[in-house]
Amino acid sequence: MPAGLQAKRVNELDCECLSYRFEVDGSNFTTAGEASVQVKRILRRIGFPPETIKRASIAMYEGEINMVIHAGGGIAELFIYEDKIVVVLTDHGPGIADVALAMKEGYSTAPDNIRALGFGAGMGLPNMKRYTDIMDIQTALGKGTVITMTVNV
Amino acid sequence: MTVEALMEKTGFEVISLSNKSKMVEGCYAGDLLSWVMGKAEQGCLWLTIMTNINVLAVASLLDLACVVVCENAVLDEIFIKTAESKNINVLRTDKPLYEACLIIGNLSNE
Ligand SMILES: Nc1ncnc2c1ncn2[C@@H]1O[C@H](COP(=O)(O)OP(=O)(O)OP(=O)(O)O)[C@@H](O)[C@H]1O
Ligand SMILES: [Mg+2]
Repeated sequence: MPAGLQAKRVNELDCECLSYRFEVDGSNFTTAGEASVQVKRILRRIGFPPETIKRASIAMYEGEINMVIHAGGGIAELFIYEDKIVVVLTDHGPGIADVALAMKEGYSTAPDNIRALGFGAGMGLPNMKRYTDIMDIQTALGKGTVITMTVNV
Repeated sequence: MTVEALMEKTGFEVISLSNKSKMVEGCYAGDLLSWVMGKAEQGCLWLTIMTNINVLAVASLLDLACVVVCENAVLDEIFIKTAESKNINVLRTDKPLYEACLIIGNLSNE
């Protein structure tokens, strides 16, 4: 795992907050996105404003799909504080070679069979950035990627 | 208008309509999922030819009013079951995307 990630993770885990953990299956397109739909339900039950719920669940969905398409699956964690929602997505996929390039609208390395399913617009990461207040990407080639997204309430 | 009223006026085929009193507040057409995710507004009706299960995740996360599947694109059983269990309205038409847009566009001019 890239340096610095561990510390970040521990901070989140230490928190006095509600936390949830989801395993995202990298081989199954039918279940891809299910964790995000579940998170939406959890946030709704707690009673966050609809706009906040929408932002958090859409950002997580895009990240979850990316883990399935580009990284062979991973772990999604949700940390719920009074004033913010934090989503941490951890995978052990190939990593992202050029984060600035990957963040560009329209940039995608999705293969044709994935594009045929409607993915590959190159809008996932830009959506994640747009719908969250803070987005941090830690990545190392051949090791994996950890994306931490915060939505302030 | 409601999704039910739209269904009656267009004659589009009902695939799943458990939330029929939902209001259609706008329309969006497109097939690239994350593009739609970034652009379509809550309450929209969404026209597409995509029929994989992730269409329903997008519709559900965005709280869309209805999905209209164009060109009679084939729907598998998992899609239909999921739409029903998640209360997502889905209609289908044999019309191509553009023509389906015109039909709906003309409704709002009435
Ligand atoms: N978790 C990840 N691991 C490795 N590479 C990734 C990961 N997430 C994104 N990428 C890389 O960044 C690119 C851009 O991602 P982005 O989500 O914006 O677009 P996309 O997934 O290709 O298409 P879309 O999200 O529009 O369906 C991807 O094509 C891929 O190369
Ligand atoms: Mg993506």
